[in-house]
Amino acid sequence: MSDDTPTPRRIGVFICHCGGNISDYVDVEQVRQAVAGEAEVVTAKTTMFACSDAAQQEMTEAITQDNLDGIVVASCSPKLHLFTFRAMADRAGLNPYRYVQANIREQCSWAHRGEMPAATAKATAIVRAAVARAEASEPLATMRIETQPRALVLGAGVAGLRAALALADMGLTVTIAERAQRPGGWAATFGRTFARDRSGAEMVEELLRRVHEHEHITLFTGAELIEKSGSVGDFTAVLRVANGDTVTLNVGAIVVATGFQDYQPTVGEFGWGLPDVVTLPQYKRMLDAGQGLHRADGRPVKTVTFLYCVGSRQGEEVERPNRYCSRYCCTAACHAGIVSAEQAPGLHQVHLFRDMRTYGKYELLYEEAQRAGAVFLRWDPEEPPVVASDAGGLTVRVKDRLLGGEELEIPTDLLVLVTGMVPRENATLLNALKLPLGGDGFFNEIHPKLRPVETVANGVFIAGTAQGPKTIAESVASSLAAVSKTAALLLKGYVDLEPFVAEVDEERCTWCGKCLDACPYKAIEKVAVAGKEVARIIPALCKGCGGCALPCAENAIDVKGYTDEQVLGMIDALLEEAAE
Amino acid sequence: MSAPPGVHASGPRILVFSTNNISDPGIDLAGSAHMHYPASVVVISLPCSSGVKPSWIVHALERGFDGVFIAADGGDCAYLSDCTDRTGKVVQEAQRLLTERGGDPRRLKMAAVCSVCAESFASHMEKFHAALAKLEPASAGGSHG
Repeated sequence: MSDDTPTPRRIGVFICHCGGNISDYVDVEQVRQAVAGEAEVVTAKTTMFACSDAAQQEMTEAITQDNLDGIVVASCSPKLHLFTFRAMADRAGLNPYRYVQANIREQCSWAHRGEMPAATAKATAIVRAAVARAEASEPLATMRIETQPRALVLGAGVAGLRAALALADMGLTVTIAERAQRPGGWAATFGRTFARDRSGAEMVEELLRRVHEHEHITLFTGAELIEKSGSVGDFTAVLRVANGDTVTLNVGAIVVATGFQDYQPTVGEFGWGLPDVVTLPQYKRMLDAGQGLHRADGRPVKTVTFLYCVGSRQGEEVERPNRYCSRYCCTAACHAGIVSAEQAPGLHQVHLFRDMRTYGKYELLYEEAQRAGAVFLRWDPEEPPVVASDAGGLTVRVKDRLLGGEELEIPTDLLVLVTGMVPRENATLLNALKLPLGGDGFFNEIHPKLRPVETVANGVFIAGTAQGPKTIAESVASSLAAVSKTAALLLKGYVDLEPFVAEVDEERCTWCGKCLDACPYKAIEKVAVAGKEVARIIPALCKGCGGCALPCAENAIDVKGYTDEQVLGMIDALLEEAAE
Repeated sequence: MSAPPGVHASGPRILVFSTNNISDPGIDLAGSAHMHYPASVVVISLPCSSGVKPSWIVHALERGFDGVFIAADGGDCAYLSDCTDRTGKVVQEAQRLLTERGGDPRRLKMAAVCSVCAESFASHMEKFHAALAKLEPASAGGSHG
């Protein structure tokens, strides 16, 4: 793989004190001396703060003066400064992919405090491995792809509509595809919503009016994505629209805002199936109708009981449990309690909760519901409430934790199951998008904190409750985050892709096709090279996971930056210290 | 003052394969939180745990590591929804190779380590380190751990 240049590599090593974060626990000078002796290390220095402007200046000078063709910075985790130092290398004219970061802070000095000899030896091993990786590094080039100034938004709920408007306002052309016959999603079905009593339906109406007026937005209802090909910046998306026709779009990015489904209890679950047992969305519709609250037999409702955490935070008693908290329901139920008290003065309300999660400012709604007369009782998941029904109506038996587990019998006219959010079922979409789902079945972001709306599919972003339970406010915030990532990608006009993709050694490859089966991204194709069939990677589609390497009996596949030569070199270098 | 016996001072040497987006941040966090685990643990980070080549594991154990630990992506993998199964196959294949070559498959372990699973990582390391110390020594090892 490496070119057969006989000239030895010229590697520079910079070891950071990080104030004292590293040097208090690792003898950095000893590390420097140990690696300075390596054959291909031409300069090895310590520095107080490698990330400082002055230190970066010193490094760029060293790259030029010492004619370095590889550089190692031993400092913090690459999650902090990988891009800082890549940019530094680039400024100095060194291929940025010939820079290697050695993590001797998070994975050494901070983890092994008070063990200076061992920590120093480990740091030395880590730096040696980084040098080995740099020695076997090749100059790599990012792939530049021109982006199309058009976006596809999937879902016309509040998140999708808000995203479409924001994108179109920035000059991008937007197509919205909504699977349902009517746009608006869940919010369109809601009357008063927390926190400020804004009507969900009115809010959606306003958004839809603006969408219809916008010259850069096209909205398809009864439409779904059936095919996606191409790659970031330049996708071909095929929609099946209401009349059965297909529409083919060329877009630069896709925003997935397909929302959630409300949890459907199973028959018998907390009385589900009995008359006068409803879910929270059903109850909200009863309130919004403004016709007063009535039992199925027409009698007025005098007592309403809310049972929280239905379909959320489930345990082993359920076959495929929803382990997560649905996040919005405690607040929505408290808010429904407040609205109920206003609409039906004198109504008795009992709220049976597991833990009250009216987080942040929503805590005030919990207090307000209590002031409005709602009684709150806390139950134990070990002994959940039991719902029974007889000629007299519904009864809920619950052991109240605050009363030391004393059992209470609550006759109730109406029982509201406070149901959570579950992922939408959409096999067609999943198949077209090829996006991985998280353990809870919602779409998965790359990193929950640092890259919260990006997915592993470059150019495909997630917004709103398609990603997991959210309030309307949180949905819009995430939708606008997806907008900013989409616009940043498309308005720039081009995208540079990381070059760490798989590579096939065509001499070794005997085309068995197993790598093709192992790749869910369709990033491998069969080509003929000099009369021989071999596998070839399509770089723009390859994610660089390396999952195609395992089934390859010929060991013909490497991921750039993580080649056999590099990894084996690192393993040997890590052991060098002990072998001496 | 010079580090006298080197990394092997603290007993069995463990090579961890971590992943750039999931388990490596979890291992970073163990350091940031100043949790303790043996200093004879070193880490090589890759994009995805299903990309670990069994031949690398065999190489590491034959060249002198006492144990290899794959800090897998588990269900959090952003690349492959069946990452756990795939990484499991890497382990199986490596253990098959090891057994074939007279090695001890117990020297290879895998567990999912999430991006905030610092405590579980540290505890995996302590346990694996202790378990390796009890195995027939593959190389000279110290006694503390």
